[in-house]
Amino acid sequence: MSQAIRLKIAKKVSELLVEGNVVNLGIGIPTLIPDCIGDKNVYLQSENGILGMGATPADEETDMDLISANKQPVSLNKGASIFDSADSFSMIRGGHIDLAVLGALQVDETGEIANWAIPGKAILGVGGAMDLVMGAQKIIIATTHLTKDGNPKIVNKLTYPSSGKRKVDMIVTEHALFKFISSKMYLMEVLSDISFEELKQITPASYEISSSFIAS
Amino acid sequence: MEKLIKPIKAISYIKNGDSILVGGFGVSGTPLTILDEIASSDLKDLTAVSNNLGEKGKGLGKLLDAGNLKKAVGSYFTTGRHAVEAWLEGRLEIELVPQGTLAEALRCGGAGIGGFYTKTSVGTKLAENKEKKVIDGEEYVFEKAIKGDVALIKASRSDTLGNLTYDKTALNFNHVMATAGKTVIVEVDEIVEAGEIEPQDIITPHLYVDYIVENKYIKKGGEYIEPSNSAENSKKGVGTIG
Repeated sequence: MSQAIRLKIAKKVSELLVEGNVVNLGIGIPTLIPDCIGDKNVYLQSENGILGMGATPADEETDMDLISANKQPVSLNKGASIFDSADSFSMIRGGHIDLAVLGALQVDETGEIANWAIPGKAILGVGGAMDLVMGAQKIIIATTHLTKDGNPKIVNKLTYPSSGKRKVDMIVTEHALFKFISSKMYLMEVLSDISFEELKQITPASYEISSSFIAS
Repeated sequence: MEKLIKPIKAISYIKNGDSILVGGFGVSGTPLTILDEIASSDLKDLTAVSNNLGEKGKGLGKLLDAGNLKKAVGSYFTTGRHAVEAWLEGRLEIELVPQGTLAEALRCGGAGIGGFYTKTSVGTKLAENKEKKVIDGEEYVFEKAIKGDVALIKASRSDTLGNLTYDKTALNFNHVMATAGKTVIVEVDEIVEAGEIEPQDIITPHLYVDYIVENKYIKKGGEYIEPSNSAENSKKGVGTIG
């Protein structure tokens, strides 16, 4: 998937961020968001113990003891704080994170997601994914519409292992923005020149067109 | 200063089959000097409780290559291929735990709490065969506390009593692990006299810390570099290094 498409998705999610919110960014497309935020004042929380995470530092200021959840060097914004892992996950599980933006392998039509394991492959990494799924106030999934092999990611029923019972609130792909209301999926916005029929073909999940639908 | 010991002495507190709690996220906040000493020892059948297994050839990655480990308990073993390969070849058992559950299990272990109920992992494969409980209409899963025979942690500064401060996100799991180990050994960049660290700056009070080891690695360009042998030979006693 081209970087331009990934960036397009990250930019769209950035527009949805609410000023003053505490936001945790997952692995994948969400990691592109810090460079798309611009002047918007949001507080990025990183699971390894930062509130107020800033942009990538210049090479000469890189410190491998100041890193993100992706283990990449970051900087600290004004008013940032550092805390230990137990505190960090108290924030996450305790409902103190306003929004988590996560990647996903699959999302089903009720808003349940799979984002940690692939059937038939070794299941050896979960990180903070399940804690975020259960604890964040609101969850936006930022993902490409299809897998690298062209298979749908937005499906009727998960065939990959679930990340938890909690349903997400929104999906943003390069083609569309979907919202979940009471476990029902609604198309809110088309973000490319794709037709309704084409969108339907690559989205096996059942959804309705929202009454507040916005055309591209 | 009775708590300051050499790395070779530090590993004498570890026995075959022990569980070791090892601080770090990636390799940030990892006690590299102590782990190097284990990798060059005959210690075997160790269970490492750590978020991940360092990197290939660095930190816990070295113990994997050296054959010191039987099992790893942590949240993320897929960053590098080294842990995945060891698991596929049957050289390593892995117990996968959500990262927040790992942190809280250690916190409970250190705080005299037997376990806790969390919503994390409910409805997933990781909650299979675990006790569930409905509290105020919501389903929770029981997670047992984690304690270790020996905690091996990394701090930036210690005073002679063992009061610790940390460098930025190198804090990660180190403080909770200091509370949850029966024997706690800290590796530090710098040792100062008691009283030199402002009391309110101390993250880990000395009562948790049994022994202190000096870090032989030197921080350069934002990374810990293994010093040449000559630099290591000239190092001595209490004081600032690096």
